[in-house]
Amino acid sequence: MIAYILKRLLGIIPMLIGITLISFLVIHLAPGKPTTIQQALNPKVSLEVRDRLEKLYGLDKPLPVQYFNWLNRFIRFDFGRSFADDRPVTEKILERIPLTLVINIISLFLIFLLAIPIGVKSAVRPGGLFDKSSTAFVFIFFALPGFWLALILMNWLGVQLRLLPVSGIKSLDFEYLGFWGKLMDQAWHLVLPIFVSCVGGLAGLSRYMRQNMMEALEQPYIYTARAKGLSENKVVYKHALRNALLPVVTILGLSIPGLLGGSVIFESLFALPGIGRLFYEAVMMRDYPLIMAELVIGAALTLLGSLMADIGYACVDPRIRYKKQ
Amino acid sequence: MLVVFLFLAAGRVFAQDHGDAIVTGSIGDARTLVPILASDTSSSEITGMIFNGLVKYDKNINLVGDLAERWDIEDGGLTIIFHLRKNVSWQDGHPFTARDVEYTYYKLIDPAVRTPYSGDFERVKSLQVLDDHTVKVTYGEPFSPGLSSWGMPIMPRHILEKEDLNKTDFSRHPVGTGPYVFKSWKTQEKIELVANKNYFEGEPYISRYIYRVIPDESTLFLELQTEGVDSTGLSPLQYLRQTDTPFLKERYRKFRLPSFGFTYLGYNLNNEKFKDIRVRQALNYAVDKGEIVRIVLLGLGRPSTGPFVPDSWAYNKDVESSQYDPEKAKDLLKEAGWQDLDNDGILEKGGARFEFTIITNQGNEERLKSAQIIQRRLKEVGVNVKIKVLEWSVFLSEYIDKRKFDTVLLGWALARDPDCFDIFHSSKTKEGEFNFVGYSNAQVDKLLDEGRRTFDQQERAGIYRKIHELIYADQPYMFLFVGESLSILHRRFQGVEPAPIGIGYNFIKWYVPSSKQKYKK
Repeated sequence: MIAYILKRLLGIIPMLIGITLISFLVIHLAPGKPTTIQQALNPKVSLEVRDRLEKLYGLDKPLPVQYFNWLNRFIRFDFGRSFADDRPVTEKILERIPLTLVINIISLFLIFLLAIPIGVKSAVRPGGLFDKSSTAFVFIFFALPGFWLALILMNWLGVQLRLLPVSGIKSLDFEYLGFWGKLMDQAWHLVLPIFVSCVGGLAGLSRYMRQNMMEALEQPYIYTARAKGLSENKVVYKHALRNALLPVVTILGLSIPGLLGGSVIFESLFALPGIGRLFYEAVMMRDYPLIMAELVIGAALTLLGSLMADIGYACVDPRIRYKKQ
Repeated sequence: MLVVFLFLAAGRVFAQDHGDAIVTGSIGDARTLVPILASDTSSSEITGMIFNGLVKYDKNINLVGDLAERWDIEDGGLTIIFHLRKNVSWQDGHPFTARDVEYTYYKLIDPAVRTPYSGDFERVKSLQVLDDHTVKVTYGEPFSPGLSSWGMPIMPRHILEKEDLNKTDFSRHPVGTGPYVFKSWKTQEKIELVANKNYFEGEPYISRYIYRVIPDESTLFLELQTEGVDSTGLSPLQYLRQTDTPFLKERYRKFRLPSFGFTYLGYNLNNEKFKDIRVRQALNYAVDKGEIVRIVLLGLGRPSTGPFVPDSWAYNKDVESSQYDPEKAKDLLKEAGWQDLDNDGILEKGGARFEFTIITNQGNEERLKSAQIIQRRLKEVGVNVKIKVLEWSVFLSEYIDKRKFDTVLLGWALARDPDCFDIFHSSKTKEGEFNFVGYSNAQVDKLLDEGRRTFDQQERAGIYRKIHELIYADQPYMFLFVGESLSILHRRFQGVEPAPIGIGYNFIKWYVPSSKQKYKK
């Protein structure tokens, strides 16, 4: 097992380097230079000044040289400094990670918490009242545009009823609050963003769960279980559910890169300083070092996520484990 | 009578209480608080509260002293001697001296510093510190816009001397001489400043200044309705319609002031079609600017005729916007050889139809709508117009810089100084430079040179008014409109006096009576 993991990990390295090369080429294919965008049409900024800025950022060198300089730093885990404000890219990303991670983990947890029971319950009596109403419910939320739902809720709960804060993650008097006050204040601010990011995700997973569960319930061992007189609860929740949950482990592994992905739209609407907007602004400004760092992190997490999905699968499913040995 | 006045004045002073906070809502976050590196509006807005320049503009847009008490201009403009204030200290207590000015200047012209502002300072031949409070600046040739460039914030030498300005931590913990002291910055969330108790013009009344970043305009507007922000900018639609609710009317006050910028349609003058001045004049007659202002700005603006701030001393009031006259436009086009021979509604000349494309940047509704109105009006005189909307960076690097356009719908923000050398001088037409329409008029060139050499405002006014007249006659741009800067402010703030320059100029005098203060801590 350990040898297998090591082999997979080593395999990731050439793949990652290939990804960086392609990413680097693609982001440089987009027209526009960071210096023109930053100083766009400011008559106070002369042509000479812009040329000089370009040199200072190293943008006057040929592309292959720029790539190898980047790669050389990357090997030493140095992502360089952002073109926008000259802060280290790592620092800029790290300060955004906690919020994004908290929101994504809570949403992911809630989605699993709700979607799995919904899926199971629907599968037990397909076409029944619960199945139909839950299907309608999750699909309505799936179909609603997130930004629209967010604005409607902000206006209703925030402006008209004054129940929840409209935007931001802290109140302005945050620093004067005690520990519990701070915690409550942040939780209060996160209710709407988390609700909105959850409801859209329910449909996919609950449908998937329903499908798995229905397939599991058709299996011969279920007939055996029923035939030997086990209670329906035991049949459904012990025998069928355990098997139906296996593919969900894969989904969990594949959700890992998403944990660090933010949504530009939600973050902008709720004025949350998350990863999504950082990336979006970096792209709009052609902030190459920051774009590259985000792409590398995304790629690495995707590769690790699929590895973890495989490992996790092997852990929960003895059949796979034995096959490999 | 005098006694009564004194009494009133005294009474007012007593009502001015210290305390409270102002929360400003902004779409963008600052990038750096090193003032000479800051090139975006958010960063400049914050550094403007923390730092001072040697000079500043007063409420009527005249240059007055800031860190400099006064200045002398000698040798026909070659030398400026700044006499600095003596009672100023940095926010950490260190005294402010001429050495700080010298330091800032050397950083501005240092090729290793990533400042976009070096241009004006590279014209300085030398800067000498005569004593702790006197600085002598010598130019290679007289350069009058140079005086206003000394509005550049001055940075503390004693803190930064050993720092690399590009990478310094100062960019997130600045120390200045200004009315507000930096307190904290939570990226993409808020920046907080507190009143400088030792400010040389007196401690500001409002104790805290909070700059909240709310990137979405709809959210910003919802925050306004819960009093989550005290001030923010408005669009014409928000100003006229959406802020008309009893709630907002009771709690907020709205302001409309002329904005420092204009929108225009620029012709590529290297394009054969637009080389003929009659064609440009005809197009100008064919478009109703008043209509654009009514529809696009909902009437909150006015047609413009030149590249200067309306109501400023450089603006020539005698230049009138041409009346909308499609018949005259048709006559002029006919004179220039454009006729509709095949009766398809489009004019032709030498077998080619009169067609061109207007390009503009994505994300600016006002520009797109203006282009659409122009498109319709020009169709009526037989000119077929296409509109192409492009992403900002592509727009700049692939079209504007490379001169790959027929016409471009854009705007210029205007500096307080009327010098527009970079936009209209014939020497500024290289790739990446700002005379991208390729305008060239020897007389205008000469006047632009002269405007830069002249210091006397009366004399300069004459020069720029002449430039205004010549440029309007030449029509390198179809001048469209000057918008208004619209904003909203909570009513609890007192002492706000709108002036030509805006409302923020006397911010340190604003106050909230203690009974109405909202943020007590």
